[in-house]
Amino acid sequence: MKIAVASGKGGTGKTTVATNFALALSRNRDDVGYFDCDVEEPNGHIFLKPQIIKRNSVFLPVPEVDQDLCTLCGKCSEICQYSAIVQLGQKILVFPEMCSGCGGCLWVCPEKAISEINREIGKLENGKSGNIKFVHGILNVGQTRAPPVIKAVKEEIVKDSISIIDAPPGTSCPVIESIKGVDFVVLVTEPTPFGLSDLRLTVEMLSKLKIPFGVLINRYDIGNNEVSRFCSGRNIRLLSKIPDDIRIAKSYSKGEMIISVIPEYEKVFNNLYNEIIEELSR
Amino acid sequence: MKELVVLSGKGGTGKTSLVASFAALAKNAILADCDVDAPDLCIILSPKMLEIKDFIGGKKARIMHGHCTACGKCEELCRFDAIFYDGPGNGMQDKTFRIDQQACEGCGVCAWFCEEHAIEFKEVVNGKLFISNTRFGELVHAQLGIAEENSGKLVTLVKEKAKEIGESKKSDLLIVDGSPGIGCPVIASTSGANLLLVVTEPTLSGIHDMERVLHLGKHFNIPSAICINKWDLNEEMSGKIEEIASRNGSKIVGKIKYDRVVIKAQVNKLSVVEYTDDGVAKDIKKVWSNVRTLLS
Repeated sequence: MKIAVASGKGGTGKTTVATNFALALSRNRDDVGYFDCDVEEPNGHIFLKPQIIKRNSVFLPVPEVDQDLCTLCGKCSEICQYSAIVQLGQKILVFPEMCSGCGGCLWVCPEKAISEINREIGKLENGKSGNIKFVHGILNVGQTRAPPVIKAVKEEIVKDSISIIDAPPGTSCPVIESIKGVDFVVLVTEPTPFGLSDLRLTVEMLSKLKIPFGVLINRYDIGNNEVSRFCSGRNIRLLSKIPDDIRIAKSYSKGEMIISVIPEYEKVFNNLYNEIIEELSR
Repeated sequence: MKELVVLSGKGGTGKTSLVASFAALAKNAILADCDVDAPDLCIILSPKMLEIKDFIGGKKARIMHGHCTACGKCEELCRFDAIFYDGPGNGMQDKTFRIDQQACEGCGVCAWFCEEHAIEFKEVVNGKLFISNTRFGELVHAQLGIAEENSGKLVTLVKEKAKEIGESKKSDLLIVDGSPGIGCPVIASTSGANLLLVVTEPTLSGIHDMERVLHLGKHFNIPSAICINKWDLNEEMSGKIEEIASRNGSKIVGKIKYDRVVIKAQVNKLSVVEYTDDGVAKDIKKVWSNVRTLLS
């Protein structure tokens, strides 16, 4: 089963929930994996402190033009939707940062003057945190395309195991790539106007993608009760609530796992799993 | 016109709350919300929309099922796994190919190479751009369509529009509320900036993410300043942030203490400096005055 932890708004506690959830599950079984898909700002490793066993690069192909074979016909720049390959005077220029790696220019060139070279856009690290399989992706600074790195992270998911996917904030392409194909999404929010506004957007997104989901309210005792009202009005299952506990904030700041430091919270994450199973069988 | 871009790397460190207060404190500034995925500045600023524009982010491919001969060429060429052999039948074929609109990257390769010309490749509206009036001046903001792409392009459009208005109104400052992360929309929001203000918090995650944004600033040669929000939650970590700042050559423009009044202000749809005068508001005013000094 693949369970993603997501939220529209950043900083609501996705990583806290995802890492502690993975740890709680791993205390009863050996097939738990944690996959950090927030490749722009991955933080799971700070808490799970994995031992990295394998490192790989994530590449995106970019065109390389053999200027001797090129007849300046312009077909490559015509097919390119990203202005990544353009004719300037008597030369074809490639702008690798703009390239999506679609391969169009390569196939359209009648002179076969274009080949592809691999450009590194990020890194993939595979490891172990206790008995948890740990994988995260890291987008190289200055690179714009997160989805191919996210895809590489998800390719490491082992079939027939329990995989917790830590998604990036927002509602656009990196989030879609992260939650594509998952069985359930835990939406983490906080009971504030910003939290509610971003929750609405995420709920709309999940309804559009037809992925089952439920809501976890973090720091439920701050703000107001509009988030709970929204959930009951929309018939959305409230999976769990976590209080604004200064002990959590302190242990988070130091990179400690909540359920290791404050064991009473372990049941919150065990219950979360039961709630998900119940919601899925509804 | 100077340009201040507020970023954080990590989400939820207080970018939007701080920008709302800056908006209240600034005189003659133009505001731009470049978090087009999850725009929240409008919640505090209660904008009156003057103009709404469709945003065309690019094109998308769609198979005209009546013309598809199910040859499979499109599926073979698509590098984004967007094409599936589960489209409706059409008399000639039991099944045809279908393009998942969310997965389509808009490269147009399938449409170009389809021998039957069975794929249309058209511009799509995938967001909205708003020009609004607020109690603190003009705000340019946007909403990317749900599950859409090209957020970087929309961010660029928001900034262009804001600059245009700023110049015509002879504003001296553009304040940009950025999005979390360091990818496509963030990079788009930093272009042309005079200063990046990185809002961080004294946690290991906050520090880790701040360092990546500082790295991004260096990569694009834009000076960065740092504001430590909720600094008293972990004073030791705040000390670490100050060390990193001096190593990086970034100025600490202020430290804001942790105070639940920030949430109360948000619930009341007010910026912190409108809601209260003391404590945390004083911290924010100090940050603002330091930022103004750095910009001038």
